[in-house]
Amino acid sequence: MDRIPILKLGDALLVTIQVDMHDRLATALEEDLTTKIVDFGAKGVLIDISALEIVDSFIGRMLDNIAAVSRILDADTVVVGMRPAVAITLVELGLSLSGVKTALNVERGMALIKSRLEEFDADDED
Amino acid sequence: MPTTRTDRLEIRSSDDVVKVRQQTRVLAVEAGLSLVDQTKIITAASELARNTLDYGGGGELRLEVVEDVGRRGLRLTFEDRGPGIADIQQAMKDGFTSGSGLGLGLGGAKRLSNEFSIQSKPGAGTKITIGRWKA
Repeated sequence: MDRIPILKLGDALLVTIQVDMHDRLATALEEDLTTKIVDFGAKGVLIDISALEIVDSFIGRMLDNIAAVSRILDADTVVVGMRPAVAITLVELGLSLSGVKTALNVERGMALIKSRLEEFDADDED
Repeated sequence: MPTTRTDRLEIRSSDDVVKVRQQTRVLAVEAGLSLVDQTKIITAASELARNTLDYGGGGELRLEVVEDVGRRGLRLTFEDRGPGIADIQQAMKDGFTSGSGLGLGLGGAKRLSNEFSIQSKPGAGTKITIGRWKA
């Protein structure tokens, strides 16, 4: 079965979605990600959707689920690279992705995760 | 209204939903829709194809590039012989679902379209038509 590769990037995991998602692939990704968050002790998950031409409620729900599960496992999820036409469409569809953080690109998403890690380290020193 | 191209697709599996998106894109480009309009009708098609599969038990999609006096666009008709919808008004509301979805499919598809019509009767299946016109 096809699987979406998950790369380790410092304290974070990077997932680049490049194929048209179908149900089994989405379920497999959710499972693989949660396993890797625990295995690597990852503090963040970056999901790059710049290759996605549409995000429907199915993909939206997948992103929300991943963010919710990651949060419970103490990792932040940042969705990056959303195309402008996709953003316009999502809002009209009625999906606000309220549980998901977003950033314009991978670099900014990584910065968001790092800033949270620095806060975390500062708390440790107190 | 003259139709310049008509395609048909079966919706029987999750892979067919992917095919619906791909074919809708091909015809949306052919109809001359802008990138945002293409994205809107493909997203609406994806929602309705999934509804056809999940709630209608599968069905068929007819895709038509239509041309009328002064307007050109894409019309999609989803038809299934599933259980039908008893209360269409309720089904159109955001958040209403009889399954495990988010309940955005019907209302969302309507908002993403310039034209929307639904015919359904309990036991007689559901037929939904959407259209998006070139601005």
